[in-house]
Amino acid sequence: MTADVIDTLAAIRPGSRLDLLRDRRPDAREHAQRAYDALFAPDSEEEVTRAERAAVAAFVAGLHQDPAVVRHYADLLAEHAPDLAATVEREIEEARTVGPYGVYDEPALAQESLIGPAYRAGRRAALGERLAAALDHAHLLVFRPRESSRDALKTLVDAGWTTAGVVTISQLVAFLTFQVRVVAGLRLLGADR
Amino acid sequence: MKFTRDKLGWEPWLEPPAEDELTEAHRDALVDRARAASPYFRLLALDPRVLHARTTTDNDIFHNADGGLPRAERELAATATSRHNGCVFCASVHARFAAHYSKRPDDVRRLLDDGVDAPQNERWRAIIDASVALTATPGALGADHLAALRAAGLDDLEVSDVIHAAAFFNWANRLMLSLGEPA
Repeated sequence: MTADVIDTLAAIRPGSRLDLLRDRRPDAREHAQRAYDALFAPDSEEEVTRAERAAVAAFVAGLHQDPAVVRHYADLLAEHAPDLAATVEREIEEARTVGPYGVYDEPALAQESLIGPAYRAGRRAALGERLAAALDHAHLLVFRPRESSRDALKTLVDAGWTTAGVVTISQLVAFLTFQVRVVAGLRLLGADR
Repeated sequence: MKFTRDKLGWEPWLEPPAEDELTEAHRDALVDRARAASPYFRLLALDPRVLHARTTTDNDIFHNADGGLPRAERELAATATSRHNGCVFCASVHARFAAHYSKRPDDVRRLLDDGVDAPQNERWRAIIDASVALTATPGALGADHLAALRAAGLDDLEVSDVIHAAAFFNWANRLMLSLGEPA
């Protein structure tokens, strides 16, 4: 059994106030970890390899800029695809912005549209088109999820992702946006007394 | 379409497995087997371990009745998060729950129509503001948000429930927005 990652990243110690608090929602605690295990220790690498999972995760963590979370996923990437670490790091530096933003398709919401950068990874040869397309989609989901589209998924499919692969990549990005927020929130709550 | 409490449909952009193609592992992953009727959950069933973990996490955050934040306010945090990220479908479902459990449909309607900055009472203001701050990337939740939640009377478990409800909808919004659209 691996250590609970949210506990590690939020520095929650056994028997502490936050530890007891997390026990009040035991299924959420256990299954947040199970989601992590399913994503990063998958039964099969047929659809998405561990290296691809680690690269997308390091990118998403980098966009959120929480140092403990950034370090965790950078370490994971160094473990599974050390040759990609420097490239992903440079992509993160160029991809960082502030969200959420995005244009609404719906005419009734047009006045709420906030135009912002649509990021496209620059180092496509080093990343490979398949992983580059996954990073583009990750940036879309992190910063302008309202701009998700049929075309965005077609780009992923054209880059070689299957339907099941698109589901896993979407889950991975979306899960991380949950995990990093639970970590940040609990850390803040733990510091408040 | 705009933000609404009406019941919306949802259409996937990729073809999910048909109901009769689902294996036992897929069906177990749905947790609630009636979800086999939903194209969204059939699509997610393609990664069964993650779907099962997602749904069990969701159920505990929103349905665990052992103290903590009233259901209405967990749904309020989900609605505010969905409104801010721009998930019209997610907002419709959870605004219905928030309105139903709180019996404050007018306040929920104002959140949908006028957005997360629309006037609310002190307690809802604190919950909405914390949810919106946690939803920002990079995160913007700070000591002031926590102080406002405390001033509104929330204890540790209630604050933790706000954090988890808003954090979970960052997961749910992106998953739903990634894979299809309201119809």
